[in-house]
Amino acid sequence: MRTLYDKIWDSHVVYQEEGKPTIIYIDLHLIHEVTTPQAFDGLRKSNRKVRRPDLTIGTMDHSVPTKNIFSPIKDYFADLQIKTFRKNCEEFGVKFFDIGTENQGIVHVFAPEIGLTQPGMTIVCGDSHTSTHGAFGALAFGIGTSEVEQVLATQCLLQKKSKNLLIKISGKLGFGITAKDLILYIIGRIGTDGANGYVIEYAGDAIKNLSMEGRMTVCNMSIEAGARAGLIAPDEVTFDYLKDKPFAPKGELWEKAIDYWQTLKSDDDSAFDKIFELEADKIEPQVTWGTTPAMVISVNDEIPDPSTAKNELEQQAFQRALEYMGLEPARKITEISINYAFIGSCTNARIEDLREAAKVVKGYKVHPKVKAIVVPGSETVKRQAESEGLAKIFTEAGFEWRHSGCSMCIAMNDDYLQPGERCASTSNRNFEGRQGRGSRTHLASPAMVAAAAIAGHFVDIRNWKFKD
Amino acid sequence: MQKFIKHKGKAVAIFQPNIDTDQILPKQFLKRIDKTGFGNFLFYDWRFDENGNPNPEFILNQERYKDASILIAGKNFGSGSSREHAPWALFDYGFRAILAPSFGEIFYNNSFNVGLLLVTLPEGIIKTLVEKTETLEHYELEIDLQTKQISDDFGFNESFEIDEFKREKLLKGLDDISFILQFQDQISEYESKRPLWMPKVL
Repeated sequence: MRTLYDKIWDSHVVYQEEGKPTIIYIDLHLIHEVTTPQAFDGLRKSNRKVRRPDLTIGTMDHSVPTKNIFSPIKDYFADLQIKTFRKNCEEFGVKFFDIGTENQGIVHVFAPEIGLTQPGMTIVCGDSHTSTHGAFGALAFGIGTSEVEQVLATQCLLQKKSKNLLIKISGKLGFGITAKDLILYIIGRIGTDGANGYVIEYAGDAIKNLSMEGRMTVCNMSIEAGARAGLIAPDEVTFDYLKDKPFAPKGELWEKAIDYWQTLKSDDDSAFDKIFELEADKIEPQVTWGTTPAMVISVNDEIPDPSTAKNELEQQAFQRALEYMGLEPARKITEISINYAFIGSCTNARIEDLREAAKVVKGYKVHPKVKAIVVPGSETVKRQAESEGLAKIFTEAGFEWRHSGCSMCIAMNDDYLQPGERCASTSNRNFEGRQGRGSRTHLASPAMVAAAAIAGHFVDIRNWKFKD
Repeated sequence: MQKFIKHKGKAVAIFQPNIDTDQILPKQFLKRIDKTGFGNFLFYDWRFDENGNPNPEFILNQERYKDASILIAGKNFGSGSSREHAPWALFDYGFRAILAPSFGEIFYNNSFNVGLLLVTLPEGIIKTLVEKTETLEHYELEIDLQTKQISDDFGFNESFEIDEFKREKLLKGLDDISFILQFQDQISEYESKRPLWMPKVL
């Protein structure tokens, strides 16, 4: 009786010595400009090559300007980093998508989009949100730069096996409730370290009913609960998404792949180390109030009082978060004005996310006191959204329509908040300073952020008057 | 990689839960392409004000904690992003070991790849040590990785658990690539069985 994680793990063991970590094989290595320069330097110093350039692919996302993607990068260090990445990829024979080219985009958006992410694979990247790819039933996780060098040099990674955590969500998500609300709700329940040491498998009807985009949103934020990775067993939804994608297997190989992919599920009665069950219909629209993704409440709830925290340390953390966020207990989250709305990131900038947000925005104008931007997850998403007329809906409402990149999720480019500014954001982290020094981030779903951009504060999306 | 066998040094505590890697090394410094010099940016937004002047309130700026080399932290230290820049910054600043009830997993692995020793200790013990750093001037701890003991000059002595492979790695200053490269044949053998349907980008 093996879990999905056990099966993928077992099929990637290259060597295992008693009492030592396992050498596992990596099927796909995604790289970007921020976490690789020192790894390539390491290769050069020890006169090593990239072992499998054919299993390695790069993009530029973190530091790229999204306003005018072709404009020279003013920041000396960002410019040097981008140029270094280009030079390294060329020198070591690694394929990459340059700024503004057809497939360029956020690393966790472009790879699934062209069919590179497939069930049963092992995928790593020097980026913690690599957990996104687990939506396809691939074992995918973030690694550090030393490990990036390891994978470049050997196509392998030294790993200790994690424990198995099953999160089962039964029932149906209500009207207006999205994958983002679901994962924020889960993190709120189990905490930012609730899954430390575990690989999470998400299962249950609420997961089965999600699209691939929704599943990616859920798996993306597994790391915010401390998990090594998140997994969802592949099914017809997965196969339909992959079929005919450029890198998906074709013809006979497709049939063979499907036969194998169908075996990728946890056996009945698999022994999970921990199981967490919840009911989908209890979940309301979620908004974070604090400085970790676990500091989250339902849209109609009041901001909690620190005295409700579990212990003294948590109380202090609550108090500190309230001060940083400029909030007081018992205030309703819907009463707090925002200055900024950001629709983007590897969590929520896929075509479906933009469709959801555009439905809300259609026929409305962005609140005069709010600056709002949409940053598509990839150039492909951008083109698609333009051809569907979504871009027009956003720009007519007063949103800025940008090129793809990480943008205000990490604020490494020109998109950042001023101290004290408050942002409704579809991204994944509300840490102190994440969107700029002193920035105040409230995480929510694309529809909730779109509605907040228009109302000037959060509103319950279930009461929204859609104009068709 | 620098070895870690035994270290004695001044301890300082930043005892908050969930200190994420964005606080340890803020993203504006992730654009650098070297591994060195990150110590200047460690805890930057806490350590310095908007104009780059030291924040006197922040513990690392206080004279009595100057040159501390052992950091004591709250649970889930190093959660969040995979940036190895965080352990680079801690090491470059002068920290050689971090003690906490638990750590973010990617950060944990990254730290051992940098030569930084992370010790997981029960919260009760951590609290005791935090108090000592607050009440005793220039409080020092000694960490012996050979015997897996941590002690002070006042009779505190505690043993700790650590993965044997990671311990060996620090004691000898080994890197993982050399370890993996001993198994070239096994890697080639594995590669020969790669399913044909799996994608290749070239």
